[in-house]
This record gives sequence, structure tokens and C-alpha cells, in this order.
Amino acid sequence: MKLIRYNPVAKDLWTTFDRLNSLRDLFDSALALAASAPLGYREWFPAMDVREDDHAVTVELEVAGMKKEDFDISLERDVLTISGERKAERSENTGESFRNERFFGKFSRSITLPTAVDATKVTATYNDGILTVTLPKAEEAKPKKIEVGVS
Amino acid sequence: MSKEITQQTTGQARPIEYTTPAVDIHQDGDGYVVEVELPGVSKSGVDLTFEDGKLIIIGHREQKEKGGRVLLQEIRPADYRRVFDLDPTIDPSSIQATIEQGLLRIRLQKAEAHKPRKISIN
Repeated sequence: MKLIRYNPVAKDLWTTFDRLNSLRDLFDSALALAASAPLGYREWFPAMDVREDDHAVTVELEVAGMKKEDFDISLERDVLTISGERKAERSENTGESFRNERFFGKFSRSITLPTAVDATKVTATYNDGILTVTLPKAEEAKPKKIEVGVS
Repeated sequence: MSKEITQQTTGQARPIEYTTPAVDIHQDGDGYVVEVELPGVSKSGVDLTFEDGKLIIIGHREQKEKGGRVLLQEIRPADYRRVFDLDPTIDPSSIQATIEQGLLRIRLQKAEAHKPRKISIN
């Protein structure tokens, strides 16, 4: 890819073509990268929802057909990382494939938590293909109501 | 069960938005295995119908009341729907399905008459 000096005065046609070429190179390299990994084993990112209420931050990750042991959840300071590996279940009877839309292999997702949480009270459940991680807020991060006495 | 549900789902006046689930299909022995990703759908939320040579897969998400402030929303809340034309060699009465952790696994068998047969020579 070439760098082209920005020159608003030059309205030369060839400069425009040069720019188009470098744009095409950019697309080509992105396509080559995507095509290099075998189908179904590309890097993938399961969909994630994050919610916050007065008591906790709740993170949901959508990954069907996993085993609970294959998840790895870690909390480092204020960064929560959920990673894991989904393995394809194939037996010796498995023959020709007609559709391969599912993703397999390793994934990892991290988020920076909006508030301080109590690391000792973090819980996780895996149900119907959705991993739910509940991170109760640390006492100092919870909203407090301050009673003001009038005397 | 199938008839009632079909009428219910096809007789809708307004169009419903569905998510198309990811599917893997592969041969397994004499039949086929169809794996459909339906995260968020429990056993009772699956409607599997065979009608006019078509296999209709519908997954209803469990609607849970979720409070609080949304910080990130990537999960589509819509139900799932996918339809496949089945090969006429498949025996509709052989269709079996299980769902585990949001992964629906449908087993299809070829009808006896269409299974490969070894012919012995006398």
C-alpha cells in the first residue's frame, strides 16, 4: 500500500486511480486474511449482553452446545474475561457435510466492568446455551440513601 | 401437536421477525444429523413440524424480565426459524430430536426402501 500525499488542488485523474488501487489492495489483504483459516475454525466472538442494576453487573454470553467445564472465567482487576473452546462432535459414522455454518474452536471476550465488584461473590450458570455471570457490586459501589435528619 | 402449531404460526396476520439459526448438516451412517443452534431456547420452546416435505424448525426464546441498565446488547431477542426441504427418501416417521444446552440435534433416517443394500450372489 502506498501513501499518497493529500493535495486538494491536484484534480489529476491518475491520482484518483492511484487512490482506488490502494483501496483495492486494502480489501484484497482483508479477504486473504479471512480465507486463510479453515472453514468453521476462524476466530469467532459469541454475542454478549451486559446489564447493570443497583446490586450487580450481569453478563450473558450466547454459546450453544458447550460443556460447562469448557468455559474459563477470570476477573483481573476490573476486566472480566470469558474464554472457552467449542469442539465439534463427530463420530466415526460421520460422513459428508452438507452445511457448515457453526463455529468451532477457541473464543475469548473481555469487558471492563463499569463499577467495582466483589470478586469473592461472582457466580456463573450455564443454561439452555446461555452462560450467565453475575458479579455482585462491592459495598462501596452500591448506591446509598443518606438520611438527612432535621433538627 | 404439529397441526395446531402450524396453523398458529402460519396463520399469523402480522409478520414476525425471526433470527436464522446456524446449522450444520452431515451424513451419519445411513441417515443425516442436523444440528441447529438455538441458544436461549429450552425443550418446551422448540416447535418441530414436518409438513409437505418441509421440516420447519421454530425456537421460542424464554422471555425473562431483565431489569437494570443495558450496557451492551448483542444478543437478538427474536425467536428462531428455519425451514428445510427434506429429501423424499427420508422417512418422516423416523425424525427424532434432542436439545441440549441450546443445541438442537435432529436425526433423519432414510426409508428402508432407499437404504443401500448389499446383494449377495448365490
